[in-house]
Amino acid sequence: MLSPPHKKRLTLRQQDARIGLVLVAPSLFIIVAISLQPILTTLYLSFFETTLGKTSPDIFRGLGNYIRLLADPLFWQSIWRTLYFTFVSVGIELVLGIAIAQLIHSHPPGWRFLRASLIIPWAVPTIVNGAMWRWIYNADYGALNGLLKQTGVIDRYIPWLIHPASAMNLVILADIWHSVPFIALILQSALATLPIELEEAAAVDGANAWQRFVSIRLPLLRSAILVALVIRTVEAFRVFDIIYVITNGGPAFGTVTISFLTYLETFTYGHMGRGSALSFLISVFTLVMALIYIRLLYRPEETRA
Amino acid sequence: MTRKKIVNATLLFTLTIPVLIFIYLPIAWLVISSVSTRVELLSVPMHWIPQNPTLKNYIDILTPGATTSEVARTFKVTMRNSLLVASSVTLICLLVGSLAAYALVRIEFPFRRTMLIGILGTRMIPEISLVIPLYVLASRLSLLNSPLVLIITYLSFALPFAIWLMAAFFETIPTELEDVARIDGCSRLRTLFQIIIPISAPGLVSTALFIFLLAWDEFFFALIFTSTISAKTVPVAIAEFTGRYAVDITAMMTGGVLAALPPVLLALIFQRYIVSGLTAGAIKG
Repeated sequence: MLSPPHKKRLTLRQQDARIGLVLVAPSLFIIVAISLQPILTTLYLSFFETTLGKTSPDIFRGLGNYIRLLADPLFWQSIWRTLYFTFVSVGIELVLGIAIAQLIHSHPPGWRFLRASLIIPWAVPTIVNGAMWRWIYNADYGALNGLLKQTGVIDRYIPWLIHPASAMNLVILADIWHSVPFIALILQSALATLPIELEEAAAVDGANAWQRFVSIRLPLLRSAILVALVIRTVEAFRVFDIIYVITNGGPAFGTVTISFLTYLETFTYGHMGRGSALSFLISVFTLVMALIYIRLLYRPEETRA
Repeated sequence: MTRKKIVNATLLFTLTIPVLIFIYLPIAWLVISSVSTRVELLSVPMHWIPQNPTLKNYIDILTPGATTSEVARTFKVTMRNSLLVASSVTLICLLVGSLAAYALVRIEFPFRRTMLIGILGTRMIPEISLVIPLYVLASRLSLLNSPLVLIITYLSFALPFAIWLMAAFFETIPTELEDVARIDGCSRLRTLFQIIIPISAPGLVSTALFIFLLAWDEFFFALIFTSTISAKTVPVAIAEFTGRYAVDITAMMTGGVLAALPPVLLALIFQRYIVSGLTAGAIKG
């Protein structure tokens, strides 16, 4: 039998739950209306042949859009390009990010200035970053050609952006400039929270700096590194803005990534059904990465980065 | 020992130099280009320091005359649009998001954990997966080319992110504090506004900064949903400088500096909050 005060507590708790739901309601409504509903509509549209202007009636295609995509070489090329962009840029960013974080953490003279400086490329808007590098890569007047010529690395100006491979690598360089600071800043603040006792003990036991870094610091940084890695991978996989400004997908589709292909299909060619199928595939990839991310964050035995 | 320390410091210091060069060289060229004349920029062989540095490009873009290109003439308006959109999104996120974040970390109710994880999940949905239905809906409601459509659609990435960050900050506040207030008869809402929010001010500043920067940076929705001057934002204007036939290079660089100034200054002034935000939420790219 419940005693009266206990009973009163229970209703208080119920009241509390009601307040909780009321507080969450506006956010929930917004998220359902502009995120969940559209993503489900995208899935629905991907089963139809439908155009952006809606002059023809929708035709149900079932998995037709997906099957046609899988048979389209342009689709596979854009997937490979996206994977290349993602692995190369995130890989280099991670290595440089760890190195710079470690450098700041060693507190050389001027480390505060270095840390503040890192914030600048991170805060520069993506489109400005793209415009800046596009001008640097300019074939006739660009700073890259100017610099390489004056230092004697090249004899004559190279039109960097007319070869697909060099265009892609230079887009990656621009992305690295923008994103290394993000990883370096996250990791240096994670480093600052690490206990130093372990390393001191290891130093007393005769472990050198590199051994201490690899066998103590890196493992302790694991979860921070993984979080940065997942976030950057998801972002790199959907890369669009920087490509739009630097190469606009060119030369000859040479930098068309999966997001750029979706944009072209939907808004240039007006194939809304195919575009929806493509964007749904991007969502599925993102969902997988999101699940990994959530699992990393909800590991109870490790601290959140 | 001290000698070894000095050698070490010198070694580490020399390592910072290439990093600083890599950071500042492109920025220096951006700024130099914005204060150079077109003739100097297009001269061969190129030189690095302008012989006739000028603020003419800035004057052209800020007090447009008949000689400037159309994109340059309308640049100021796009700055205003960006400011309107980014600050509206920030305000809505702080208001709506702080209520949700508080409830999600402090009040027991059904499906709380599921919602928190769901919100983290929606934060990662790419814009491209939402854009087609949102475009169809916006054109049906004739919302295209209005700042409102950007404010609403930006919430799709900004709100989950704001909730996530604020939840992380609210979690760090000891529960004892609220318990005392609650025993004294404070209602949930009063506890939130009079106790939690004032204490978590640094967290809110950091959230506001991140949301503002995110909204200022956004390009894809703005590209798709706006094509006229009534809602076009700065990133779209800068992308338009790279026109079909000719690139208006001085205007593009000047616009670039002006577009980068607000976020860079904010980030530098509130450096402390940026670093703590990165640690708390692990964030924007």
